[in-house]
Amino acid sequence: MIALARYLPLLAASLRRKRLRTFFTVASILVAFLLFGLAESMRFALQSGVEVAGADRLMTMHKVSFTQLLPASYESRIKSIDGVVAVTPQTWFGGWFQDERNQIPTFPSKPEAYLRIYPEIRLPEDQKQAWIADRAGILIGRSIADLFGWKVGDTVPLRSAIWPREDGSETWDVTVRAIFDLPNGGDTRQIVMHQDYFDEGKQYTKGLIGWYVIKVADVDRAQAIGRQIDAMFANSPAETKTSSERAMAQSFMNQIGNIGAILSAIVAAVFFTMLLVTGNTMAQSVRERTNEIGVLKTLGFSNPGVLGMVLGESVLVTVIGGMTGMLLALWIGVQFEPVLKQYLPGFRVPPSAFVEATLYMVALGLVAGAAPAWQAMRLRIVEALRRD
Amino acid sequence: MSAQPAPVDGRPAIVRIRDLVKEYRRGAEVVRVLDGLSLDIAQGDFVALMGPSGSGKSTLLNLIGGLDRPTSGSLEVEGLRIDQLTEGSLTRWRADHVGFIFQMYNLLPVLTAERNVELPLLLTNLDREQRQRRVDAALKLVGLEHRAKHRPRELSGGQEQRVGIARAIVTDPTLLLCDEPTGDLDRKSGDEVLTLLEALNDEYGKTIIMVTHDPHAAERAHRVIHLDKGLLSEDRR
Repeated sequence: MIALARYLPLLAASLRRKRLRTFFTVASILVAFLLFGLAESMRFALQSGVEVAGADRLMTMHKVSFTQLLPASYESRIKSIDGVVAVTPQTWFGGWFQDERNQIPTFPSKPEAYLRIYPEIRLPEDQKQAWIADRAGILIGRSIADLFGWKVGDTVPLRSAIWPREDGSETWDVTVRAIFDLPNGGDTRQIVMHQDYFDEGKQYTKGLIGWYVIKVADVDRAQAIGRQIDAMFANSPAETKTSSERAMAQSFMNQIGNIGAILSAIVAAVFFTMLLVTGNTMAQSVRERTNEIGVLKTLGFSNPGVLGMVLGESVLVTVIGGMTGMLLALWIGVQFEPVLKQYLPGFRVPPSAFVEATLYMVALGLVAGAAPAWQAMRLRIVEALRRD
Repeated sequence: MSAQPAPVDGRPAIVRIRDLVKEYRRGAEVVRVLDGLSLDIAQGDFVALMGPSGSGKSTLLNLIGGLDRPTSGSLEVEGLRIDQLTEGSLTRWRADHVGFIFQMYNLLPVLTAERNVELPLLLTNLDREQRQRRVDAALKLVGLEHRAKHRPRELSGGQEQRVGIARAIVTDPTLLLCDEPTGDLDRKSGDEVLTLLEALNDEYGKTIIMVTHDPHAAERAHRVIHLDKGLLSEDRR
């Protein structure tokens, strides 16, 4: 480490030799790691919902697809199963406010059951009671309140393109009765409305709901209860598929499309290109310095020392470019947070991505510099000095 | 290791060469550049090595400096058989005992004069301040302390060579090996460099072996060795 610090000015000076070439190489690496940082931010945002999903919660949906509805009558039958603590129906409301781009995840649910199922939700007791008491009342997450400036008592026209009201209107007038926080982290960009209010008000598919969320008493029995639920509705017109909330969240993400995998594939392709670009730069750089390498060896720089210097130079290039790219990705996450939080809450470079990126930078530098470094190490002094 | 070297002109021999052979392979052909050469060089001597192109004088200089290895024969410097050293030991020995001065100066263009001079010191355990003190002293010795922050392209040829000399002496080696040190300089700059080498020899006791084509440069040496087709002849002053 001390030796490396001592050679650092020498390595830095080597990078200044062909400034334009170094700039383009560093810029290419910067772009690659910027892409990586943004891809990791996206993955982090998509995964955050999956990671906060509880293991003691089950989700029962239609066996064919989550877009198919289930009878509301299943609720009481599920509730009767031993080990089930609470059940609430939920439906994808597809809500938006003022502008269709202002999409808000909104779920009609049974308030009391909902709060039992999600004990991590924190809201003042008076607000809780007010929400439970008001059929047209909604519970909103802190992000929504901050985003639209909504306060308790505000009546807001929530619109849904999926669920028109009986009179044909798209607008559902609801009143903010409670605002919740998630002190242990999680997405508060959510609205919960009364299932009864929703079911009575909607134009069609009355008595049908989207899926059930179930809280079980014993996590170890969750799988068995899930099987029991599915067996209960087997051979019925609406067969069910029950899995843990976490598995469901993951499968929901997978249905959107494995964006993370697609991004990873793109980033891998970019990294591979970067490997070739950096490798070529280093090879060219070493070729141009054959005589100098001969001089360094003449002065007493050992073969492993020369190997280390070329590798160090290569790693320096990838670390400078890579770190700048990652910091830029971090900056973009912070700058665009107000815009992105509506669509991708939690979009930011996670700390683990910095660790991963640093490993990639070092690995990229070492692999790209390996061949030229080996060549420099093997160079015979007398031959190197002869080439000018 | 070997026994204490025999004296040359009453002075101990710093270089002792016996039956030295160096062959190169050029395709299928084997070219013998040095053919059983034997030579002693005394400590503190200033030797000029002359000869036509291809006579093997640079090869001999490279062998004495441990930059290349002989095909056969023995090569002893300061009592150490350097032809028997491992690659790593030879590298360390070179860093500690030999200073090299090149015809084309061979300074690193991206480094300032003082950072070029510092290069051999990066291999020592000296800290930054100690290294800087040595660099300053070496540059002062060659009269270029005012050009320390300049890059090679901002210096004249003579100044570049003096920086090269400062780099060669900064580790205080016993042996200075110069390959055509004035070959790329005008007469005036060449004379300055030769005067500097004389001073290093006279005042600091450095043993200097200088390959040169230039009889004017060779005149400054105490001893002139001619090398031609493997044969040695000598003028002594």
